Amino acid sequence: MTANSSHGAPVGLRAGYALMFAVALLWPLVRPPAAHAAVFSPETFTLANGLQVVVIPNRRAPVVSHMVWYKVGAADEPAGQSGLAHLLEHLMFKGTPTVPDGAFSQQVARNGGEDNAFTSYDYTAYFQNIAKDRLGLVMELEADRMRNLTLSDAQVAGEINVVLEERHQRVDNNPAALLGERTSALLFLNSPYRRPVIGWEHEVRGLTRSQVLAFYRHWYQPGNAIVVVAGDVSVDEVRPLAERIYGAIPAAAAAERPLVEEPPPLAARRVSLEDGRVTQAAWSRHYLAPSARSGDGRQAAALEVLAAVLGDGATSRLYRSLVVDAGPAVSAAAMYDPTLRGPSRFTISASPRPGVALSTIEAAVEAVVRAVRDGDLAAEDIERAKKRLIAEAVYARDSLSHGAHALGEALSIGLPIVSVEEWPQAIAAVSRDEVIAAARTVLDDSHAVTALLPAAKRTGGSGGEAAQAAGAEQ
Amino acid sequence: MSGLMRRLSLLIALLLITTAPAAAATDIQRVVSGGLEAWLVEDHAAPVISVSLAFRGGAALDPLGKEGLAQLATTMLDEGAGDLDSHAFQRRLDELAIELGFEVDRDALYGNLRTLAENRDEAFALLRLALSRPRFDAEPMERMRNQLQARLRRAEEDPRTLAQRRLFAALFPGHPYGRPVEGTHDSLAAVTTDDLHGFVARHLSRDSLVLAVVGAIDAAAVKALLDTLARDLPAAGARPAIADVVPAVVPETVVTMPARQAAVVFAQPGLKRSDPDFIALTVVNQVLGGSGLNARLFEEVREKRGLAYGIYTTPLAFDHSALILGAAGTANERVGETVAVIRDEWRRLAREGLTEAELADAKRYLTGSYPLRFTASGSIARMLIAIQLDHLGIDYISRRNGLIEAVTLADANRVATRLFDPERLSVVIAGGL
Repeated sequence: MTANSSHGAPVGLRAGYALMFAVALLWPLVRPPAAHAAVFSPETFTLANGLQVVVIPNRRAPVVSHMVWYKVGAADEPAGQSGLAHLLEHLMFKGTPTVPDGAFSQQVARNGGEDNAFTSYDYTAYFQNIAKDRLGLVMELEADRMRNLTLSDAQVAGEINVVLEERHQRVDNNPAALLGERTSALLFLNSPYRRPVIGWEHEVRGLTRSQVLAFYRHWYQPGNAIVVVAGDVSVDEVRPLAERIYGAIPAAAAAERPLVEEPPPLAARRVSLEDGRVTQAAWSRHYLAPSARSGDGRQAAALEVLAAVLGDGATSRLYRSLVVDAGPAVSAAAMYDPTLRGPSRFTISASPRPGVALSTIEAAVEAVVRAVRDGDLAAEDIERAKKRLIAEAVYARDSLSHGAHALGEALSIGLPIVSVEEWPQAIAAVSRDEVIAAARTVLDDSHAVTALLPAAKRTGGSGGEAAQAAGAEQ
Repeated sequence: MSGLMRRLSLLIALLLITTAPAAAATDIQRVVSGGLEAWLVEDHAAPVISVSLAFRGGAALDPLGKEGLAQLATTMLDEGAGDLDSHAFQRRLDELAIELGFEVDRDALYGNLRTLAENRDEAFALLRLALSRPRFDAEPMERMRNQLQARLRRAEEDPRTLAQRRLFAALFPGHPYGRPVEGTHDSLAAVTTDDLHGFVARHLSRDSLVLAVVGAIDAAAVKALLDTLARDLPAAGARPAIADVVPAVVPETVVTMPARQAAVVFAQPGLKRSDPDFIALTVVNQVLGGSGLNARLFEEVREKRGLAYGIYTTPLAFDHSALILGAAGTANERVGETVAVIRDEWRRLAREGLTEAELADAKRYLTGSYPLRFTASGSIARMLIAIQLDHLGIDYISRRNGLIEAVTLADANRVATRLFDPERLSVVIAGGL
């Protein structure tokens, strides 16, 4: 799951704002889906206990990015325990018998490394960026906490407060995010993607130590993990380290991971959030769509091209139709994320200029969608979008973490390495007919969810102000 | 003691002993031509070239009542130039998969370009066109103005943004730093096409330009870029002087707005980048509220009390002033407790300074993590720009870890006890209070 959309952004990140910012920067990297690049040239091997290791050489700086991806996420939570996978991610820093609470990050930092973690629907990932000669250290730390986590009730209770503040900051303080939660609950009739990764507040409050530990013991084991090392190393250097450190962990019974499928949507649905805080209105429409995993790969590639032509950037069809030349909107975009195990969505969004009704935006978008379904798409626009997507695979190599993210994500959701490595060819092979066919299949307004965020009617100014006496000397 | 723990302890001990200032693998060439200078890192790891540039002088130069001028001008540079109107210009970028963007802060205007090496000449031509012959046509101007005003509306919903705006207005009354970089609805509405042309004529000149190029390119090609840029840009601009300013200390301020969580933003006077104690301040800040280590504020506010998801502080050096700035988000009903903890930690730092162990940990983190900044061409180019803007010298990257290592406990505690002052800490809170 990538963060190119407001609905499925990975949440997590235990550390402070500076690190949040760092990960905000990662979002665009993860953006154009896992795909990215026929060009990472990774090597892979699997240990006897089932742990898969992927090595991506990148020699620019004497550093490595070491990631552990667990094939478990919010979609795998038991009913009534939303937020469990993400709470566990936070608690993974709370210590083992040999590495006490707080010591994990402290050891990484003392060795000049940065560490963090994130949770999504289909996976939970932990990473350290560090000097290459410290790879053994971070492997020891990750291998230790794969099976040896200890937790007290007090640690769990304290971390629930932290997670709730994270939720208040990301979701409750942001009307668009609150609407996004309700939109997902409407779009997905059956898939666990209908629940927020961070969890509903009332369920997060009720999570217990024993629930966390049961989930951890079931899912956190070598056969359900992928280690990705990107940076200034070769597979010959990584293999002996991985065999010695991760290879010492006993194999466990394979964790079954059922996939919950969607029934046909059949109905059009609408959701509208009236929130007194909203000053900039917004409109969006969400279509159930196959992912690269749930559908066939060719349709996913066609949908990626469709999203680019329709709504990526200033030359896109939606931007030209709705924003340019005094159009009704200040922004317009289309998004599609193929990197999910289960069903995905195709989203069109736009924000009106002041005084423009949301119904005007809706009519303008529908006209564009109708035209595209009717085959009104220029071949040269499609070729331009494809070229730009393919170039992103080259840009992806200009980065330490991009390849590690793309490969870790793909393998976590059950796609093979070749789906990443041959992504540029898959995009290049998409024909105009396939793009139009994908639009006809997926962009069906009679089955879509429409989400409205109207601007609040203002009564007087917002923001009363009171000065309190406190250490004030001018 | 388990086997693993012994192994781990031994490994950690060994690593700590061998920690040395990591030399970044960065060989910087100085390329000079046409009165311009660029710093070049030639690197053929990927067939990609990143160019970063900056013109000294940013939004602080906006005339009174036209706040947001620099921001609007910046967003307009790639909306049509030369014979290419907005659509044609964007389409050309698109066709060649060239990434070009401009941004502005209080002190400078920045440009960032990334291109495939095969499209180098086209990319450089578009960059030069954007800088020297922007069109500022009416249609894109209204479009960009609308987009910036929409962004303002969204920002008004966000407690953090609102609190920070209020804090800067209070810290710098009557000074350009107190005015919003992004402008206001009224000030954006007041900006005219003539203002944009005037902005470019006054600001985008050779005497204020610094450049960095990183990636699959050699010095001869960079020299050619400099020669053409020198032809396209005027030699000198006209920028009014900005006075240095000491940030005010203001009473705790509460902005009431509907929010599930309150934003707490706080600051006190800091040290300018040229101050000999700036590096020591960087180390001290790492202990108080930096990222990476479990800083004191993170421990006290988040780990011990669960008051916030995140809290940080950062030394913020402007050209004409300096702050130590921090922020946290905390439950409305626990704001008082959070602010009290922040003030207590400020007081403890001012009274007791750091411990020897805290100093050592901070130095190890800061030196060891420095190479992590050198992993992408764009981030290297932007770092070279920052070094030039701050006049740190072309050898700064090789000297930087030595400067950190040289900070003694006496240095750190001089900064901690003399600079940090709970009585000078200004706090603004925005939320459902």
